[in-house]
Amino acid sequence: MSPPASPTATRVLELDRITKRFGPVTANEDVSLHLDRGEIVSLLGENGAGKTTLMSILFGQYTADEGHVRVEGQELPPGKPRAAIRAGVGMVHQHFALAPNLTVLENVMTGTEPLWKFRSDRAGGRARLIALSEKFGLKVDPDARVSDLSVGECQRVEILKALYNDARILILDEPTAVLTAQEAEGLFSTLREMAQKGLSLIFISHKLHEVMSASDRVVVLRRGRVVAERKTSQTSKEELASLMVGREVKRPARPPSTPGRVLLEAVDVHVGGRGGASLKGVSFRLHAGETLGIIGVSGNGQTTLAGLVSGLHAPDSGSLLIDGQTPARHDVPHAIAAGIGRIPEDRNAEGSIGDMTTWENTVLERIWSPEFSRRGMVKRAAARAATEAIIRDYDVRGATVEGRIRLLSGGNMQKLILGRVLNAGPDILVAAQPSRGLDEGAIAGVHERLLEARGRGAGVLLISEDLEEVIGLSDRIRAIVNGRLSPAIPVEKADAQTLGLMMAGDWSAAAALEAEASHAL
Amino acid sequence: MRFERRDHPSRALTLLAPVGAILVALLVAGGLIALAGANPLRAYGLILKGAFGSRLGISETLTRATPLILTGLAAAVAFRARLWNIGGEGQLYMGALAVAGFGMIPALVALPAPVAILLCLAVGAVAGMVLLLVPLGLRLKFGVDEVVTTLLLNFVAVLFVSLMIEGPMKDPLAFGWPQSVPVPDSAVLPQLMARTRLHLGLLIAVAAAVFTWWLQSRTVFGMRARAAGLNPRAAAFAGVPLGRTLIAVACLSGGMAGLAGAIEVMGVKGYVTTDLSPSYGYSGIIIAMLANLNPIGVIGAALFSAVMFVGADSMSRALSIPSYIADVTVALSLLTMLVAIFLTQYRIRR
Repeated sequence: MSPPASPTATRVLELDRITKRFGPVTANEDVSLHLDRGEIVSLLGENGAGKTTLMSILFGQYTADEGHVRVEGQELPPGKPRAAIRAGVGMVHQHFALAPNLTVLENVMTGTEPLWKFRSDRAGGRARLIALSEKFGLKVDPDARVSDLSVGECQRVEILKALYNDARILILDEPTAVLTAQEAEGLFSTLREMAQKGLSLIFISHKLHEVMSASDRVVVLRRGRVVAERKTSQTSKEELASLMVGREVKRPARPPSTPGRVLLEAVDVHVGGRGGASLKGVSFRLHAGETLGIIGVSGNGQTTLAGLVSGLHAPDSGSLLIDGQTPARHDVPHAIAAGIGRIPEDRNAEGSIGDMTTWENTVLERIWSPEFSRRGMVKRAAARAATEAIIRDYDVRGATVEGRIRLLSGGNMQKLILGRVLNAGPDILVAAQPSRGLDEGAIAGVHERLLEARGRGAGVLLISEDLEEVIGLSDRIRAIVNGRLSPAIPVEKADAQTLGLMMAGDWSAAAALEAEASHAL
Repeated sequence: MRFERRDHPSRALTLLAPVGAILVALLVAGGLIALAGANPLRAYGLILKGAFGSRLGISETLTRATPLILTGLAAAVAFRARLWNIGGEGQLYMGALAVAGFGMIPALVALPAPVAILLCLAVGAVAGMVLLLVPLGLRLKFGVDEVVTTLLLNFVAVLFVSLMIEGPMKDPLAFGWPQSVPVPDSAVLPQLMARTRLHLGLLIAVAAAVFTWWLQSRTVFGMRARAAGLNPRAAAFAGVPLGRTLIAVACLSGGMAGLAGAIEVMGVKGYVTTDLSPSYGYSGIIIAMLANLNPIGVIGAALFSAVMFVGADSMSRALSIPSYIADVTVALSLLTMLVAIFLTQYRIRR
């Protein structure tokens, strides 16, 4: 697409210095973004980078703390989704909002006519729908029942619904998440066609190849800020991957690692996708006193890998050895008893039970141990004392032993989780996205604790989408791509280019570095 | 106007919620009484007098409360773990039928009473459990919603009781009435007050409430059951075996309801009919909610409900107001309690 001759004439959307905070966490900071007529802009970023928040502000679901949204030069009133729709902004959500028992035409027309009209103008609606579908090449049968449509067709209906409402700016939130590869290809050519006909599109994704093939311009968000903006023709997958996870950073000073015996070893482990991406033959070793970082773009099997080591999944094939032994059972109590400490990816959904007390949350995962129960009875005094100690030693602010844990901030919740895990003195620590959603101060605290654990000889498996974090803490780094692990490279050799190649699935350089490192030993 | 979640619902508020809910329910029902042409205060006075004014009244109220405590516990225990057992009524009937069937074994007559009673109670409880384990199994295996299955099984259970007492378990000495063979004397629960219907079942029910409280607040099982109900994903992450925990909860819940049926047969009726329970199973759900799912609170809520029903009977004789006012009041108290629970957790902001 050639750049427009006069930018002001064709600028359809402008987000101007948007800032949005939730408590101490800044979801968007000083984000500016613009969209020209006929342009497809990708918004690229990890989970939690602030994409959804930004689009919710644009669509009026959230009110920005600072900044303005302008559509075709007119400022949108904050917090009014209706105003956004009227101004011509359409949103296609990841999860369809279609009534399966109605036809395509009925779905599209729902909500477009006033309720008090006796007759709905079917013929007019049908003509308009057919015209739209022909104009943009969105083939669909107006009389088909939505329950009979494929996922790809449902998405077309969603898009048509937005167009029927006169949308001139279309936001697609991870539109390919539910599509097959062929359907995604089809979608991209549709998007192109729509852009050529004068629509402007924002395409939200964290998949690099889609961004590369679908858009004219890429805006990369990280930790709530715009970190880069590139013409798609002037960038590469590797560059985008490293932009997305962060710039190269200097490693903080820390004692060198003295790797000891192998604590955890996976040999060709396969785990079927139980709601997440599957693992397809994963092998690695984790030594005492080292941190192994697993970097990768999200959705490549990180959650399943963390679940495997945490005892939530058993390998379908291959073996997972803890301290050289196959555990009697692959379940949570055996994992904890074998000395695995687990920091879950999602503190609220997985790591805590909001309506239970702090002490119950602290001891629940080790309630079977003689420390906290005897013959089926909870040792309440011991549990309270242990919780009290953690609140004090880990400086968990705002927590009381008997208070419900829901009230804790993310950072303090993470301190409590760290406390309950580290106080058990684990040999192996699996930390999944340990600093996601935390503010800078809390992140530093978490990192300090992880380094401490490594310092006293634990093996730390750090699974993260944050390059800064992985380089700052790890001794060796592997990339996870599509359920497989790359060769491990020593952190000294980890530069943006190498890691970018690794995350994009090109492992030749990494293999050479791994071989070199093993010779040096 | 908007609602804002309270950070710390105060203890006083939580304790006052049911009291407030009952008062509001009485106020609304009072309006209905006034519409029927009577003085509400006088009506309530008569209800209290009917329920507590005499030795017979007190004994009847406590007798009535006994099965309600157990069905209330059945609902409270299950709801805590987010197991929506609406089938207390059917489980009660299965418990009752099982005891009557078990009582037909001739050898039982020869057993000493304590042994026979314990055996019968156990049989009733197990029958209740079985009727809840079937829908739970369907939920765990196929994801079938237990609200629907437990509710519908109530009708299946009552019809099955009807089938049995018209057929193989019919009492030949009952002049053709559809009722089961009575349980043997050795299995009849001893009376607590002479010349009244009040029986040992009351103490069993109270003991069950205390036991349930202890189980929930002091044991590993209770903590896991609560965790599984509040956040299954986090509970699984913490190593709580979700399926096994729910099965144990179902055994406890179904067991309590089955026990209610067994005790009603062994303590009051002596045999099974299809009108054994005036919806004790459904009332248990209201009682559990009114008690905020607290097992000790269930005793109080069951008493409230029993007072209304027993008292309304005598009140309606004096004022010729239909005794259905008791049903109305208890049902209203469920609605007001739901509002009260909401208000303890949220505050209203302008």
